[in-house]
Amino acid sequence: MICRWVFIAEGRLKGRDLVSIKDLTREDFEQIFHIAEKMKKEGYSKNLKDKIIGLLFYEPSTRTRLSFDAAARLLGAETIWFAGVEGTSVMKGETLKDTIETVANYVDLIVLRHPCDGAARWAADVTTNRMKRGHKKVPVINAGDGKNEHPTQTILDLFTIKERKGRIDGLCIAIIGDLKYGRTVHSLIYALSLYDCDIILVAPEALQIPEHIEEFMKRKNMRYEKRSKLEEIISIADILYVTRIQKERFPDENEYNKVKGIFRLNKELLSKAKSDACIMHPLPRVDEISTDVDSDYRACYFEQAANGIPIRAAIMSLILGMI
Amino acid sequence: MSMEKGLIVRLIENGTVIDHIPPGKGIIIAEMLNLFNQDSVVIIGQNLESTKYGRKDIIKVENRFLKSEEYNKIALIAPNATVNIIENYEIKEKKKVTIPNVIEDVALCINANCISNREPIPSKLYLINRNPLKLVCHYCGYECNEKNIRLKA
Ligand SMILES: [Zn+2]
Repeated sequence: MICRWVFIAEGRLKGRDLVSIKDLTREDFEQIFHIAEKMKKEGYSKNLKDKIIGLLFYEPSTRTRLSFDAAARLLGAETIWFAGVEGTSVMKGETLKDTIETVANYVDLIVLRHPCDGAARWAADVTTNRMKRGHKKVPVINAGDGKNEHPTQTILDLFTIKERKGRIDGLCIAIIGDLKYGRTVHSLIYALSLYDCDIILVAPEALQIPEHIEEFMKRKNMRYEKRSKLEEIISIADILYVTRIQKERFPDENEYNKVKGIFRLNKELLSKAKSDACIMHPLPRVDEISTDVDSDYRACYFEQAANGIPIRAAIMSLILGMI
Repeated sequence: MSMEKGLIVRLIENGTVIDHIPPGKGIIIAEMLNLFNQDSVVIIGQNLESTKYGRKDIIKVENRFLKSEEYNKIALIAPNATVNIIENYEIKEKKKVTIPNVIEDVALCINANCISNREPIPSKLYLINRNPLKLVCHYCGYECNEKNIRLKA
């Protein structure tokens, strides 16, 4: 029954853009997980041979670019890319639209990282309009647009949870740290709205989730509570999703110093956690998780980072219809 | 028909009367429609008594007719406004303004970091709630309401 369903569902993402986590359904996630799991188990075939993937990174973001690049190469695709706008036509004042119009002639798929919110949606509109003029559609994958979204990160987060716990429904998920500015947190919350979980939002008052996200949670009837101390919830959470408090987000140093280091997950605190808890972090970390936690079997942030490859490989294969 | 309304409508030979504007918004709409920089006669009535809404503003402009995107703009500020098209002192047509479900190139996204504010591209917002007004940006997902809405100049 499950096999038949997967077979029927194949092609769900074919030709589509991946711009926002909100565009995806549970079935889309399940299909990506299924393919990623298969690739992890059985290895990668060269199913994207003869495909060219454009990695347009208006911000360097080495980690994300390398993982897309590695995933593409494992599948036999060629990549062309830039990282940072130094020395590109963007420096000469070229608009994003013109760059996309041009690059779309060279590639089968565009992976875009851009500092402006909504850039990926606009790029996807540009290639759709180009298709209406008689060209083939070049799908766009959002690899981070400003403070807005980073959907592939969220998908690999969910995949890691699913892999470790065998399910996402019914879990108690604590999201810890900078909930105000962290876009991975916002995307994760959007995705979890499709599942039946209990969410605990752990942050100091100044870094609690923005109003519009809380409104979204209410609209979706999500079960959540807000806390300010990690100690209070450590023993009940199945997932401890820790995020970095980013210095550059704060208007002044004093404000940063007030909250810096208030959440530090160390071995001692971890001893109070569930024996089957999972500790996650989108990385890079500063001091939110001390290094003595790394060797604990409950730490899964490196595993999570490694899942970036199969997840991105699965997404690119599905979008290009080469599964 | 009340006295003041009849009077104001009859004052026009050819042109447009925008009625049932919330009090205080008449001048904003007149500025938005750029009525003051034209040669036409413009009369703005403020805080007039209205049977329906208590108080209202009204705009009368001679020899000026609205384009369809202007109806959309008015609707964002005065959702209950009616527009009377006058010819030869007669109401030729009476229209209610409505906010369309997709608002293109009329209102701007309020997010300064949105791509639609950074590059020369048409803004696009979706109506998610009529009353109270709530719009969401097609590109970045930011929401705006009647208090912080920004209209394209
Ligand atoms: Zn926007």
